[in-house]
Amino acid sequence: MSSLVPALLQVAALVALLALTVPPLARYLAHVYSAPRHLAPERVVYRAVGVDPDADQHWRSYLTSVLGFSLVGVLALYAFGRLQQHLPLSLAMEALPADGAFNTAVSFVTNTNWQWYSGEAALGHLMQMTGLTVQNFVSAAVGMAVAVALARGLARSGAQGRVGNFWVDLVRGVLRVLLPISVLGALVLVVLGVVQNFDAPQVVGTLADGSQTLTGGPVASQEVIKELGTNGGGFYNANSSHPFENPSPLSNLVEVYLILLIPLAMALAFGRLVGDRRQGRAVLAVMSILLATSIGLLTWAEMAAPGAAPAAAGGAMEGKEVRFGEAGSALFAATTTGTSTGAVNSMHDSLTAPGGLVTLFNMQLGEIAPGGVGSGLYGMLMLAAVTVFLSGLMVGRTPEWLGKKIGQREMVLVALYVLATPAVVLVGTALAISTDAGLAGQQESGAHGLSEVLYAVTSAGNNNGSAFAGLTTGTPFYNTLLGVCMLAGLFLPIVFVLALAGRFAAQHRVPAGAGTLPTHKPLFVILLTGVALVVVGLTFVPVLALAPIAEALQ
Amino acid sequence: MTVPFRLALAKMSPRELIDNPVLLVVEVGAVVTTVATVLDPSLFSVSITLWLWLTVLFGTLAEAVAEGRGKAQAASLRTLQQTTTARRIAGAADRVATGGLMTLPVEEVPSGSLRAGDVVVVEAGERIPGDGDVIEGVATVDESAVTGESAPVIRESGGDRCAVTGGTVVLSDRIVVRITSDPGHSFVDRMIALVEGSERQKTPNEVALNILLLSLTAVFVLVVATLWPFMDYSGIQPSVLVLAALLVCLIPTTIGALLSAIGIAGMDRLVRRNVLAMSGRAVEAAGDVDVLLLDKTGTITYGNRQAAELLPVDGVALVRLAGAAQLSSLADETPEGRSIVDLVHARGLAADATVPEGAVLVEFTATTRMSGIDLPGRSIRKGAGSAVATWIHGTGGQPAGELDEIVERIASSGGTPLVVAEQVGDEPARVLGVVHLKDVVKEGMRERFDEMRAMGIRTVMITGDNALTARAIAEEAGVDDYLAEATPEDKMALILKEQEGGRLVAMCGDGTNDAPALAQADVGVAMNTGTSAAKEAGNMVDLDSDPTKLIDVVEIGKQLLITRGALTTFSVANDIAKYFAILPAMFVVAFPQLDVLNVMALSSPESAILSAVVFNALVIVALIPLALRGVAYKPAAAEVLLRHNILVYGVGGLIAPFVGIKVLDLVISLLPGI
Repeated sequence: MSSLVPALLQVAALVALLALTVPPLARYLAHVYSAPRHLAPERVVYRAVGVDPDADQHWRSYLTSVLGFSLVGVLALYAFGRLQQHLPLSLAMEALPADGAFNTAVSFVTNTNWQWYSGEAALGHLMQMTGLTVQNFVSAAVGMAVAVALARGLARSGAQGRVGNFWVDLVRGVLRVLLPISVLGALVLVVLGVVQNFDAPQVVGTLADGSQTLTGGPVASQEVIKELGTNGGGFYNANSSHPFENPSPLSNLVEVYLILLIPLAMALAFGRLVGDRRQGRAVLAVMSILLATSIGLLTWAEMAAPGAAPAAAGGAMEGKEVRFGEAGSALFAATTTGTSTGAVNSMHDSLTAPGGLVTLFNMQLGEIAPGGVGSGLYGMLMLAAVTVFLSGLMVGRTPEWLGKKIGQREMVLVALYVLATPAVVLVGTALAISTDAGLAGQQESGAHGLSEVLYAVTSAGNNNGSAFAGLTTGTPFYNTLLGVCMLAGLFLPIVFVLALAGRFAAQHRVPAGAGTLPTHKPLFVILLTGVALVVVGLTFVPVLALAPIAEALQ
Repeated sequence: MTVPFRLALAKMSPRELIDNPVLLVVEVGAVVTTVATVLDPSLFSVSITLWLWLTVLFGTLAEAVAEGRGKAQAASLRTLQQTTTARRIAGAADRVATGGLMTLPVEEVPSGSLRAGDVVVVEAGERIPGDGDVIEGVATVDESAVTGESAPVIRESGGDRCAVTGGTVVLSDRIVVRITSDPGHSFVDRMIALVEGSERQKTPNEVALNILLLSLTAVFVLVVATLWPFMDYSGIQPSVLVLAALLVCLIPTTIGALLSAIGIAGMDRLVRRNVLAMSGRAVEAAGDVDVLLLDKTGTITYGNRQAAELLPVDGVALVRLAGAAQLSSLADETPEGRSIVDLVHARGLAADATVPEGAVLVEFTATTRMSGIDLPGRSIRKGAGSAVATWIHGTGGQPAGELDEIVERIASSGGTPLVVAEQVGDEPARVLGVVHLKDVVKEGMRERFDEMRAMGIRTVMITGDNALTARAIAEEAGVDDYLAEATPEDKMALILKEQEGGRLVAMCGDGTNDAPALAQADVGVAMNTGTSAAKEAGNMVDLDSDPTKLIDVVEIGKQLLITRGALTTFSVANDIAKYFAILPAMFVVAFPQLDVLNVMALSSPESAILSAVVFNALVIVALIPLALRGVAYKPAAAEVLLRHNILVYGVGGLIAPFVGIKVLDLVISLLPGI
């Protein structure tokens, strides 16, 4: 029980830090995405790219910009990966194979940061920094932009489907939000002992008289945006369990804090953007309920350590770092899967079966607890649309949300959104499990083997990027399958989100009255939480029953 | 009961089911299990197959029952459509001036060949050959076949009572009617189509809900389809039969089966209250109404002034004033006169309520503006203040000083003062007091407006009265706002203003000058007594011509939407229990530990699956009455309604199947072989 006190202390410290910083950041975010003035460096970027920053884009044009920008990112990263042996600072790394380059390019552009390779052994500094770190910033900013566009759609009235300017949202997200916080965060991490250098790999002698190659590098700078942008792609293959990335319980806490900062602040910023701060608090409440529940369950699972092996070993410490302990690992695991981060400080494959179930379910929720920097908010808002539709009917009006009607066209988009990611995950998993190429990579068979594959595809489809390990995924089959899952899992939903934003923006706002469904009260918070759990539960319970549930009940 | 069943069987054809994807999936599932059963028959597979087919049947039955209720009504309406011989006035259609039409020559034509614009003459005892407006003459008409109201109504040319409905019978006199509808497009045609539901189109919200159901169905098709490889991988032999059963249990069959029945029944409920909605869209809009425009007269007030107060002056005893007022009104058959007698009775001030011998009644005339009674040695007059004052002066008397003050006060409160005076013998006449006549607000209106307010609906009273009177009545009735001295243009402007702010407006009207506003309003209820133009413009017609019906219409609209939402929530909530029944049953072979999930302790896997399937089918039948009746609705704020409905249909939908499936399992487990 002695470990319970530090477990609670770290949660208390985290809550205090967030409570102090999330509200002011939300205010700042709302300002960033609505201020009319452009800063001088931003003007330079707009001029260089050749866009008019004051043009208000129709949702189609906004979407085209998102897709075009992402396509360029994929092509550039693919080229970097294929040609890295010819590029400077390559540390003599070989070119990536075609499927691997495709997977990596897609992975970083989609903010998934699924890594089939071992970072320090496959990528040179240039690829890591310009390719991956840049994408860590812009892919996060793209997600935030899409969420802001949806908020604008709800906030505007009769705006002919115009939802803002993607380029402005993108540039501001990077320059005004992600960069400044990253600089601060990187300094803090360096102080806490995270490595930051440009040295060549060092060879050191070990106690056992062997030798070990230590790759240093710009770790802290990538680490901070990895967490802040809910990216998750580590400099090292061991990710945040590597002592150079995450040296102490304190740095662990800071990294968890960085992961949660923007997704939670976006919820409150949403309230400000739609001109009703209570709406943001309601969204924040739902995110917090789901997050707190998963942290609690996961911590309980790991500390109570159900299962024969952990009981014999005296604790579920397999795959965990001693410096973080069960609680520090559980907190990180719940946070990284509840957001679409996917960084890990322990091996999720070695989590207890109920713990593994929580991480899987977290991702299957569609990354809304509290989700990615942008995808968390828009994912939650899409589920809120479903909730509004059902509960709106039950108050005897055709459903309306923040004064916008959810009619047939709106419902088509919401329905397609709800359908898209589960379809990707279920079909992808079924494909992997029923082909020889898919089964080839499995370390284990049976229920745990299914968990491994399900986890990988779920992680890719929901753009999380964390791995269950145990499954060898660096094969052409998995690189291709997971690459497609990442693409479909991100861009299909974005198409529906932006289309919905456009439809909402075109509508005229209906004033609220006593007969209007209130979407900021505790009842709605409970309903939205319930809808999220039931919709996802009904979709995934059968396969979960065959995998981690069967395992957990063994 | 056999007719709906036959209809339901006919509706099971895949071509009919194409509009109902949920039931179509069930049917496909039933076909699949039928094939599986034929290949490998067992009591279990036969039972599952049978119940899947029953699920489809029950699903179509709901709609069939709902439609069946309209059939009888349609049949009686069809009798109105028999072809009769109409007497058309040749060449009248081209004449600009009306008048003297009855003297023109007529030709006999079958009623079915009449077109809009034709002019016919109809006499007592004849059936009116088509919808139209009376352009000459006046007649009493029996409209009971359409409205159900047996008392004949008067229809006359000009004004707001000129519309006649084809098929109704002229009882007296002779009228000339200009036909306003072509064959097949008459009012009765539309009524028949409505009550039969044959022309029913899905309303926008119904389509949106269908999309949600479709996507849920798609999710579950995916879940079940991918379960095959997952089970295969896990070493469980997947059974087509069981997977089909699982799919049918998971997809929202309850709401899928009941959705169209809810819509038809909603229209039917309106028809039962004698309101004809020309489109389901209008009924849906009724649930969304934010502003209700109500005419004062006949809706909020009884429409005639009634005595409300007796105010004696100069120390006259109340009994004396009451006695005089009653005496002067005994023979007065106007509503005002009767209301005075009623008031005196109600206050217990009544003396002898018969007209004494030798009394001479003084009729009201426009010049004297007084009425009264002359008894031997005593005269009583009542009337407008100035007229009575003139009479008193004539007898050499002087009206009391405080009279002016009382009269002024009553007038400023929106009422009408009726001054009562008497002259005994040859003495000068004197004022006894004042009867306060006022436009009496109908009972229960304040409560209804309070309900409306709770629902978030603003009520606006429309009246031709001056602002003073309007405000007094508005305050008394408890409406939120009023529009005084309103012209049709004012009404129109008000509607446009509200709609500009995004609000939905409902109103009722009867006159031709109401037609533009009726057409502009989101919900326009035309009175059946009104003109054809008004009926054409509105999207609903109230056969009872009762303006308060508007409130019922709003409630029915809301009830319709709530029923949809409640049953959808119920349907989805049901799935959780079904998982607990079916998943352990399916997987327990390979993973015995999953028996922990069998929280209902169902007796065997086969019994568990069958129980879930049977429950799923029976719940449709059990909910048909609810779908037809609509869920109970009591006006309240959104938050209150939501909490109530979530508790009943959400939490209820969560718990009910646990109980239901357990009970069914107890029964089914008794069957040998399962």
